[in-house]
This record gives sequence, structure tokens and C-alpha cells, in this order.
Amino acid sequence: MTRRPPDRLTAFLWATGLGVFAFIYLPLVVVIVYAFHDSPIIAWPLRLGTTKWFVALAHDRGMIDAALASLKLALLTVMMSLLVGVPGAFVLDRFVFPGKAAFRRLVLLPLILPGIITGVALLTFFSFVGLSLSSGFPLVPGWPVVLGHAAAFSSVVITQVFARLQRLDRAQEEASQDLYANEWQTFWQVTFPSIRTAVLGAALLVFTLSLDEIAVTFFLIGRQNTLPLQIWGLLRRGITPEVNAASTVIFGISVAVIVIWARLMREEPQG
Amino acid sequence: MRPTCLDRVRGSRRLRTIVAAAVPVGFVTTLLFVPYALLLVHSFWRLSGGAITHEFTLDNYRRLFGTPLYPNTILFSAGIALRVTLVSLLLAYPLAYLLAFKVKRHRTLIYMAVIIPLWVSYLVRAYAWKIILGQEGILNGVLQAAGLIDQPLTFLLYSRWAVTLALIHIYTPFTLMPIYAVLDAIPPALKEASHDLYANRWQTFLRVILPLSLPGVLAGSTFAFVLSMGDFLAPQLLGGNDSALMVSNLVWSLFGVAYNWPLGAAVSVVMLALTISLLWLANLLERRMSYGGQAVGRAGGRVVGLAEGAK
Amino acid sequence: MAVDDLSLEIAAGEFLTLLGASGSGKTTTLRMIAGFEQPSAGEIRMGGSSISGLPPFKRDINTVFQHYALFPHMSVRENIGYGLRMRSVPKAEREERVRLALEMVKLGELGARAPRQLSGGQQQRVALARALVNRPRVLLLDEPLGALDLKLRKEMQLELKHLQTHLGITFIYVTHDQEEALTMSDRIVLLRQGRIAQFGTARDLYDRPASRYVADFIGETNLMAGVVVDGGPGPVTLQVGSERLRGRSDVALPPGSAAWLSVRPEAVRVDLGGTGSPEQNAIEGTVSDAVYSGALIRVHVSLPDDRRIIAQVPAGTTVQVGGRARVSWAPERARCVTD
Repeated sequence: MTRRPPDRLTAFLWATGLGVFAFIYLPLVVVIVYAFHDSPIIAWPLRLGTTKWFVALAHDRGMIDAALASLKLALLTVMMSLLVGVPGAFVLDRFVFPGKAAFRRLVLLPLILPGIITGVALLTFFSFVGLSLSSGFPLVPGWPVVLGHAAAFSSVVITQVFARLQRLDRAQEEASQDLYANEWQTFWQVTFPSIRTAVLGAALLVFTLSLDEIAVTFFLIGRQNTLPLQIWGLLRRGITPEVNAASTVIFGISVAVIVIWARLMREEPQG
Repeated sequence: MRPTCLDRVRGSRRLRTIVAAAVPVGFVTTLLFVPYALLLVHSFWRLSGGAITHEFTLDNYRRLFGTPLYPNTILFSAGIALRVTLVSLLLAYPLAYLLAFKVKRHRTLIYMAVIIPLWVSYLVRAYAWKIILGQEGILNGVLQAAGLIDQPLTFLLYSRWAVTLALIHIYTPFTLMPIYAVLDAIPPALKEASHDLYANRWQTFLRVILPLSLPGVLAGSTFAFVLSMGDFLAPQLLGGNDSALMVSNLVWSLFGVAYNWPLGAAVSVVMLALTISLLWLANLLERRMSYGGQAVGRAGGRVVGLAEGAK
Repeated sequence: MAVDDLSLEIAAGEFLTLLGASGSGKTTTLRMIAGFEQPSAGEIRMGGSSISGLPPFKRDINTVFQHYALFPHMSVRENIGYGLRMRSVPKAEREERVRLALEMVKLGELGARAPRQLSGGQQQRVALARALVNRPRVLLLDEPLGALDLKLRKEMQLELKHLQTHLGITFIYVTHDQEEALTMSDRIVLLRQGRIAQFGTARDLYDRPASRYVADFIGETNLMAGVVVDGGPGPVTLQVGSERLRGRSDVALPPGSAAWLSVRPEAVRVDLGGTGSPEQNAIEGTVSDAVYSGALIRVHVSLPDDRRIIAQVPAGTTVQVGGRARVSWAPERARCVTD
């Protein structure tokens, strides 16, 4: 197709689009750039050229502990939400039972509702049940926050795996049984390889989301802060470039994880 | 409707299947259904003498609807959410259109680039505006350096504008995803057919593309609205003390310093009801205008949107 | 109800086809034999013993699926060897059998490929090999040739038939294509809305259809509605419009009842000149259409009382649209059928 000469409408479209793109990235760029700002006060003008804040970050005990707590929480959350979510997706896909429609809606709620509602709901639950917010410390950052994350993010796993299951060719499972594999063998030999990327993708997503989670975590956290909460605490007292340095690191890790996730999603077998 | 798995499974295998299904169902029920239900119950309890008593009362709701503060805050939040949604739409649509129709090479890469900020610390994106809008911040600095103003503008930060701006920034990529997904799904043949039948580009857009993209627009707007209305961080960080009080601030303080869980639960329940009604309404609307494919009806949230866009 | 009151006895080593329109219950029946659906009543027996209660993986039956259902994450070789692996066949024997199976379907060098790298026809052969390598007693084929183009389909039809004869395995084949059924089968079960319309050899169904539905479904035929005058068994006479026409029926038909005369186009003699003495079983008409199709010309003749007959003549014949034509047939070649 021959290219038509660019016209005003298309030019306007491109200008707007690029403008929006810049708008989306501006604050991030600001944060990253100011992580190298040579002054303890975040102000204009910018004086680039130091990495001392990253060094300070590496020695900040509070931050490091918070980062470790976040990591622990994220890993536990991934494990638990997979254990619940993958069978949950199968239940939604294969079974018919009374209340299934309600279950389906319920599963979506944490994804759709503002996090604060889920947070206070879980808080009232654990308070009612009598589970202390610091229970399990220091092994886990606190059982309520672990269970809360697992519950909220099992929705992510269920929706992702369910979507993949729906696209699965059921005839393959029948073929497997036709060829003498029982239900369990069929699952491992045929079904699981087909949903493997969806499961992995969901795991990565849950990992990132858990690391970044604030609303629910705020209400359920015990003695030990997670990284976002730690940063928030520092923010109350005014922003330091060290916080920017931490954010830059987080940004780098998140991007890496998302890129891996996108690669995974594209590689999955079609059909 | 497919026959249930259980029909085909016999005997002991049936038992094992039921047990395997009970785990996820039980977990979700206990840790999601019960807490939400419990929240509802709490909203009917009374706070007396600093402790929560288990007697049924409608006082919380009376107070909620009676005291101007609460309905006003909800309306205010809705107002902010509406502005955020509209502006996000205006910003997201052109970019989505560009991506879907004008970008040929590296489209997935660019799409990912647009979406990545969504997944990168929400906190960071919110507080970045503090740096930009502060009295000694970048915007003021640039404006002063350019000689446009003498004194730093103080109304920028800690105001409803800052909150609105930050929310627009956060939710524009969010609005973009379902719009892009829907636009991408429009078969090119439709556009060609429209041109074949003497419509120019503008008419084609108005009569063919826009109507077909409405389900995506609806989905994006609904989530942007719901989530910005209940947003937690932006008001906290950028709202200042009273100038931008939103619902989440209320809930936060009622469950925190103000310590009135039943009242906080009541506010939350109202929020929950509003959210669910909006979503249900959007679903209804979408079913009426859908020509195949359901953007809102499908599992909500950024998660599936990202999955679809990255396909 | 997909299948209603079906009873069949299938002989060992025969090529049996389940034929029918969509919704006739043929696929459901096949799946019940395979074990993917449960009959609500009744029993399935194989070799004298009941297999109704057995899950698919315990039945000595294998299936070739309509869209092949090859495992995308396994190579061709791994696909074919899957059943052997599940049955714990030792590795050396398994590899040898897979190799032989590949050769049997003429895909010898493609063992290491992935299914998506193969053409439709090749995938179909892999599906076949995957099933046959297990030496099942019965092989089920669910419209396996549907996705292939015409030429390939015809080739595969012959190949499958040869394969079946050579291996001696019972094949149960599902298709909606009656021509395919006629070509390949030893016997055909024609299903209609879950019930058997007729069960017999290809010749039985073609030459001696049991009902109007069968006559209409199998091959092409001219159907003329009429009333029984003289009902047989043997020669019958029908009042068709203003004519009295003769045919044959294997069963006795009560006089006065409604019936149809089924005459295949190849049995209709067309006299285009309008000359010749009036015969019995002849009707005068006008040529309304002459459709050329390579070896033949199909002549559409419109008859009085708004009826039509299709006959065929060799391609060289001169046919004039609008001209007069007299159609006739020998009584033995007109079957009398009821609904």
C-alpha cells in the first residue's frame, strides 16, 4: 500500500499520542533522575552526578529489613496463591455446582474493589478471629498479611489460568485418556504443559503486585514494615534522594520482571 | 452446558475430586467472603466506651447519612473520579488509536512501554508529583527560571488539583488497555469496507470505529472511576489536610486515629455497594452495546487487560 | 436426547460407518464406545464382556479425533509413543513400534518434528499412527478427513480402506458424507435423530432404501409422491398425480396409503425426440435445464402437476432447453418407499 503524505489529522494524532506517552513517563523520569541529585533537598535546580544515595541505601538497615520482609511476603504469597488459584481455575472451568456464579463474582472482587475496602474487611476478620497482626513474626512478616495477600492475589491466578484453560483443546485430554493415561497422568502429561506459561506468568504477576501492595498491607501489617510502607513512612517526613534511589531500584526490578513475563506470554503455544 | 466433570467420575475418584475442589473454594470463602460479610456485620454494631459491642444498631448509617461530612465527601470523591475518568479518556483514546492503527513495527514493544508504568510502584508515581509540584519543585523552578512567575505557586501541591492530576497520571494507562484491546480487535476489513462505501476517515471513525470501541471505553472508564474514587494514596500524599478529603481518607482515619470501626465499616459498605452497582450497571450497558466480546464482563482489573494487550 | 434406543452388532474386522446429518447422534455413539460419554441406559460389550463401566484408558479401543488432538508440546515420535508409554511398554520395543508406525503412514523422516510444523494431511497421519501403534481391537475415527481438500481426501479414503483390510482391525468410522461412506464401508449405519434409519451394506442402502429418508440421503434420487394402488410385496403401482406408475417394494403396502417412488437419475431414460411408442412408466415433459458436468449432462425435465425429474445423458448428446422430453424407467429400478 503506498503511503499517503502525512496530513494534519495524522500529525495531530501523533503529537497527542507522543505527548500522552511523555506525560506517562515524566514522573518516573523525574524520580530516577533525582536519585542522582547532589543535595539532600529535592528541589530545582537539578545537580546531577552522585551515586551516594544508592550507597546510603545499601547501608540503611531499616530499608534492607523492609526489603527482605517484602521479599519473604511476596514469595509466600506466590506459593499460596498458586496452591489455591490453580485448582480454583479448574473448579471454575470444569465443575458445575450451586453457587458457582456467586463464587465467580466473589473471586473477582479484590481485583475490582478499591484496595482499602479489601484491607479493612480483612482487618475486621483477623481482629474478630483473634489472630494477632504480628503472629508468626519473625518467621513471616505476620500471618494476617500473608493470608491477606494470598487471598487477594489468588484472584489473579484464577483469572489468568482460567482464561488459558478456556482456550485449551479438550480433545487433547480425551486423546490422552484414549491412549491409556488416567486422569492424573493426563493432567501432568498433557494439561499442565499447556497451562505452564499461564501459571508462571501469574506467579510473576503476583510477585510484582505483592511487592508493591500498599492498601491491604497497611491495615494488616504487624511490627515489620514492607518496603512500600517503609518508603511511605519516610515520605511523611519529606522526600530524600535516598527514597528516590530506592524507587529507582524498585523500578528496575519491576521492569525486569514484567519484561520476562511478556516474553513468557508471547512464547506460549497457540491453541 | 458441558456435563460436569463429576458426572463422569466414579466412586472413590469422585470423593478425591470433591476434596481437591474444596480447598480453593474453602480458602476463598473463608478469606474473602467472610471478611466482606464481616465488614457488613460490623457496620451494624455499636461502638460504646471505646469498644465494639455486638448489638445491632442502625446508628452508624444514620450518622453517615445524617452528617453532611460523609455524603459530601462521597460526592466530592465522585466528582474527582469523574474528572479523572474524563481526562484519562481524552488522553488515552488517541494514544490507543495510534497504537492500534498507526504503529506497525514493534507494536508490542511500544505497547509494553506504555503499560509498564502501571506495574511499577504506584507509590513512586504518586509521590513523584510532590517533587514536580512542590514549592521548590520542578514546575515552580522552571516557571520561575522562565520568568513567568515571581513567587512559587503554592496552590499546586496539597490541593485537589494535585490529587486529580496524579490520579489522571496513574489511571490513563489503565484506561488505555481495554480501549486498545477493543480497537485492535476491529477487523481491518471493516475500515476498508467503510472507505469502499464512500466514507472519509472522519466519518469512518465516527460511524464505525467509535461505536465499536465503546465497550472498551466503557470498561476503561468504569475501572478508572471506581478505582480513583476509592483511591488511597494520592489523597494522602498530595491532598493536604482538608482541601481534598476523599472517602478513603475517612475510612483510613476511622480505622486508625479516630477509632470508630463500625462507622468506618459503614462507610466502606456504602463504597462497596456503590462500586458493585456501578460495575453491574456498566455490565448491563456493555451487554447492550456489545457486538461480540465483553470487556467489562470479563474478569476485571488490570491483570487480564495486560494479558490481552500483550497477546 | 442425542441417541435414542440404539442397538447394534458390529462384526470383528469390519469397516463400519456411522453415517448421518449433524445432530443425528453418530458422534455421540462413537464417544460412548470410546468411553467419553455414558449411556443413560443399556450396555456396551466388546468380545463378549461388558465395557460400559470402564473409563477410556482401560478400554482396548483407540480414537482418531476430528481435529487430530495432537499434543503440541511433544514431537511426532513422542505423540505416537504416548499410548505405549502409558502402558509401560519397554523402551526398545516402544521405539521400534513407533518407527514401524511412522513408516506405515509414510512419515518416516518426520519423527522429530513438532505437530505445528506439519501440514494438515501429515498431522492426520500422525493421529492415525498414534492410534494404530497400540494395536487396538477397535479403531474409532471421528470424521478424520473433514479438514482435507478433495483430492487428498479421496486418496486418504482409499489408503484407510487398504489399511483396514491389511490390518484386520475393526474400524468404526463417523462421517456425514454419504459418498465417503459408500466408498469405504463394509456396512453402514444411517442414523437419523438418534435412531437407526437403516443398517446394511452400501448396496443395501443404495438399491433397497428402507425409507424415503434413506433414499433421499444416500446418493441422488428423484422422489415422486403418490398413493398406493397395488401394494406388493414385489411389483407395486402408485397413483402419482394423473399417472399410474410402477415400481418395486420389498414390503407390503396398504392400498390407499401414501408412498414415494424413488428413481435414481442414472435409471431414468430420456427420449428427447418425443418419438417412439408410448411406454408404460413414461411421462411427457419439457426440458427446463441442462447442466454440464464434465462426463455427463444432467437434464432437468419439468413434468405436469409441477413436478420435476432429473436424468442424465452422456456429454455429447444434444439437449435443447425448452424442448420436449419423455422420461421413463424400468419398474424394477423404481423403489417404493414410505416415510
